[in-house]
Amino acid sequence: MFQLEFMCNAWVASTFIALTCGVIGVFVIARNLSFLAHTLSEIGFAGASFGVFTGLAPLDGMLLFTMISAVAVGEMSTEQSRREAAIAAISSLFMGLGILFLSLANKSASYATNILFGSIIGISVGEVWQLVGLSLFMLAVMFFAYRYLAFDSFDGIGARVQHLPKHLLSVLFLLLLAISVSISAQIVGSLLVFVLLTLPASSARYLVHTVPRMLLVSVGLALVGVWGGLALGYYTNWPVTFFIATIEVVVYLATLLYARVTQGD
Amino acid sequence: MNMAQPLIQVHDLAQSFADRTIFSHVNFSIPQGAMVSLVGANGSGKTTLTRILLGILKPTSGTVQTDGGGHLTVGYVPQFRNLDRDYPLSVRSFVQLNQIARPWPWHTAAEKRALTHILTETRLTGLAKTPLGMTSGGEKQRAYLAQALVNDPRLLILDEPTASLDVAVKHELIGLVRELNQKQGLTVLFVTHDLPMAREYTDRYLLLQGGQMTTGPASALRDDLIAD
Repeated sequence: MFQLEFMCNAWVASTFIALTCGVIGVFVIARNLSFLAHTLSEIGFAGASFGVFTGLAPLDGMLLFTMISAVAVGEMSTEQSRREAAIAAISSLFMGLGILFLSLANKSASYATNILFGSIIGISVGEVWQLVGLSLFMLAVMFFAYRYLAFDSFDGIGARVQHLPKHLLSVLFLLLLAISVSISAQIVGSLLVFVLLTLPASSARYLVHTVPRMLLVSVGLALVGVWGGLALGYYTNWPVTFFIATIEVVVYLATLLYARVTQGD
Repeated sequence: MNMAQPLIQVHDLAQSFADRTIFSHVNFSIPQGAMVSLVGANGSGKTTLTRILLGILKPTSGTVQTDGGGHLTVGYVPQFRNLDRDYPLSVRSFVQLNQIARPWPWHTAAEKRALTHILTETRLTGLAKTPLGMTSGGEKQRAYLAQALVNDPRLLILDEPTASLDVAVKHELIGLVRELNQKQGLTVLFVTHDLPMAREYTDRYLLLQGGQMTTGPASALRDDLIAD
């Protein structure tokens, strides 16, 4: 299958997507931001259709929309209790905008399907390089903020007492999340980015108990999902995203079962 | 350790929110190496004063002077931390979170030594690899204590850490802190409404009542001092 250029592109892109989502997912779960991760992918859909409407590349449209709304959500909802409502409001608005831009751009429904469910055929070499660059940038920022993000995410109360700049960390994290969502949506689709951002990290929590190990396991499980999904998709002609989602869900259920058996609850 | 030199000196501190005065004309000092209790009924302003000492809240008026004048590293054990049974980090990883002198993932040999040392001091070595969510209430409190102490703070503030613990565990925890205080000269502020505990484990008391502060030796704390 590696004789086909689009498959090579898809493998490189998926590998970096798994790396990015596996790493950021650990913090998404620790910060209880699954709902926001899901919302950002819907916003990514709106951004991509905005890109189509205005002639921007879909990825640039997604980056624009997700980064603006990540900051907006961060500013609107410093209190946990207000966050859900703020996210729900922003999510509804952007889904509506996504449909509007698609209709204004006069593109066919299959284009919307590509954005929502992902496509391995659509990604060009140029887009792969942009994706790899963004992914490396995100990982570099994570590296230089690692201990602060880990402390704030896994023990917010302790981090406040140590005078960590919580607001700044929160906005930084949301921006990194926005980038991760945008680059991942191209292959796995904006509806299922959520799968890679939450399930590998959720599984990792049950298997290992230090932050670095969780990162390793989460990235590993994300890689198993995307590589397995690509291979199965290639040989069966069924959608890659279907296989990725199924693999991650099966792994998650298996780790839940493992946790029940080993911890006896 | 110079016992005469105060670590913290508070002058004429006052705090009010809107038109409600929490306390005013508060003066006290905490000597280096002392273990001092901050007592008072619920709502007397203990938490507010703690937040000022932590630097989270700016007082309405008055000053807090620290020894050396600069920023004081403070370890803090909070009253509540809602970690559920699924909390994934091991005790060791949880304590390590507070080692934030460098940003990147790997820790230096000195940091690892400090971590091992504090786990030993707080008798957590055997539990180091256990997920914190699976430990008992008293063990969790010891982990919070270890995390607060892992970067060697000059002041430790315990904010009613015993409120939800049973009697034996309560004494074990505060006894351990007292041991660290006497053995290593750790300065401690123990915020509590438990007068017998304050009398047994601290040198001096600070009492907040009716917006005023009085102080004295802990042995002079009488149970009828606080009208609930």
